[in-house]
Amino acid sequence: MSLLAVSNLSVSLGRRHVLSDVSFSVGEGEFVGLIGPNGAGKSTLLRAALGLVGSQGRITIAGHEAATLDVLERAVGIAYVAQEHQIAWPIPVEAIVALGRTPHRPRFAALSSRDHTAIEQAMRRMEVDAFRDRAAADLSGGEKARVLIARALAQETPLLLADEPTAGLDPSHQITLMRLFADLAKQGRSVIASLHDLGLAARWCSRLILLNQGRIIADGAPDAVLTAESLGRIYGVEAYFGMAAGRAVIQPLDLIQPPTQDQPEEDHDRT
Amino acid sequence: MTDATRYRILLALLGFLVALLFVLSLTVGPAAIAFGDSIKALFSGKADAIALIMREIRLPRALLGLMIGATLGLSGAALQGYLRNPLAEPGLIGVSASASLGAVLAIYSGLTIVFPLALPLSALVSAMIAVIVVQALAGRRGSTLTIILAGVAVSSLAGAMTSLALNLSPNPFAALEIMFWMLGSLTDRSMTHVWLAAPFMLAGWVLLLMLGRALDALTLGTDTAASMGIDIRHVQQFAVLGTAVSVGAATAVAGAIGFVGLVVPHLLRPLVGGKPSRLLPASALGGAAVVLAADILVRLIAPGRDLKLGVLTAIVGAPFFLFLVYRERRRLA
Repeated sequence: MSLLAVSNLSVSLGRRHVLSDVSFSVGEGEFVGLIGPNGAGKSTLLRAALGLVGSQGRITIAGHEAATLDVLERAVGIAYVAQEHQIAWPIPVEAIVALGRTPHRPRFAALSSRDHTAIEQAMRRMEVDAFRDRAAADLSGGEKARVLIARALAQETPLLLADEPTAGLDPSHQITLMRLFADLAKQGRSVIASLHDLGLAARWCSRLILLNQGRIIADGAPDAVLTAESLGRIYGVEAYFGMAAGRAVIQPLDLIQPPTQDQPEEDHDRT
Repeated sequence: MTDATRYRILLALLGFLVALLFVLSLTVGPAAIAFGDSIKALFSGKADAIALIMREIRLPRALLGLMIGATLGLSGAALQGYLRNPLAEPGLIGVSASASLGAVLAIYSGLTIVFPLALPLSALVSAMIAVIVVQALAGRRGSTLTIILAGVAVSSLAGAMTSLALNLSPNPFAALEIMFWMLGSLTDRSMTHVWLAAPFMLAGWVLLLMLGRALDALTLGTDTAASMGIDIRHVQQFAVLGTAVSVGAATAVAGAIGFVGLVVPHLLRPLVGGKPSRLLPASALGGAAVVLAADILVRLIAPGRDLKLGVLTAIVGAPFFLFLVYRERRRLA
């Protein structure tokens, strides 16, 4: 069954077309890497799928028209990890992770034993249970990121959307996270994560969607999407392609040409 | 001791403090009535002088102190949670300034001489107009920034109109009455004021107390909260409308009482573990305690001089606010 399907999705923010005519579908058990240069529309695509930005086109969540679902019904189907690590108040880590249970609980109800199980499991998976009593606002960037991913895992949805979840993580936690997402996919749940680390994307994702200037350029198995040709054309870089321990290795090496006006260096992902 | 137990103990302590201050407020006043006599008179069916003073002067005063304090504490906590800003306060969305303007217009036009209740009613209507304007400006997808800017604009306009009324006031007595009213006080209020404000305040409290779960989710930003099933538009309407009706009613019967809604949530936040949902009831009790205490103090510090409640809360609150800013700066540095 398709967990998320978008067809002919277009998004304009102000007068700028951020996404044009995007169509794809994600089924059960997929770990999809969403890749593309800064400003390609990756974040906007994730936010549009969640209904956080207005869009044209058709979105279905687990077979239901997204337009007919209310926010709570969406929240049971899709969890989301935002790019910014916002934690406004000095709340303990465990309470932050518990927020993931919000869509599963009646308004004034206490946490059920099922909620507690989900919270404990999510904290263990992201290795944040060791500092469960610390105020989340005081943690380091990478620790915060892990707490917020644990929060989304506690939501226990069939589909998880994560916007640059590996940003700010050390290599060991990057690999832990990618391994976790791959495991979730093996269990029949699915993950769509926007990624800038092409090496991680190539190694761990079951499928890659390459976005550039608001359009899907390629969609398929990592080795079909990440080629010397596509890296050169879209990113303007040449890269080393190899194999290690039975998995693809990609390491961007140098620019093919200096960046032009169309490829600004600063981060414009959210504009 | 678990987190939840500690929270319940805090609520119980605050509740006890409020009850204590309420009783204390009943027993303080220019008429020297013994503690036992005053409480006895309140429950006696007699119509002697003591019973009359208790029922018509001190009881409404204490009740209003309780209700207004709870309103300010609760709405302050709700707005700080909704705007994710520890420096937000109930006046931010323009309700207090607009309610003041309504009251001032009632005094200015002389309506209050013909019909005393014209003052709170005019203040309430004015607060409602303000909230409609703020909501209209904020639009359907109103961001918190738009709400704040709309509130600032409405406040400024209401302030300017109030100044104009003072400027053109027909005689010095009217100007003085306006000035005194704006300082904020609970002196000489009757049960009519209590009955007039109570329904609005209760409605506002219900709206604000419903927000707990949404405010917790909003800790992680609007996008994440929405992805957890929180309807952000509802939250905005509940927060703005709940604040408007309750604070509008509070301002209508007592004038503007500053700093309570700002400082009380600030003080209590660390004690409830930071969670906005827990801060709501705690802050309501804390606000009630602060206003009751301040209203007792104005009667003790200067009996016979009618020191205004709003003046005292500002004199104590402003330096305290400076201290909070200073501490916040050190923490962020």
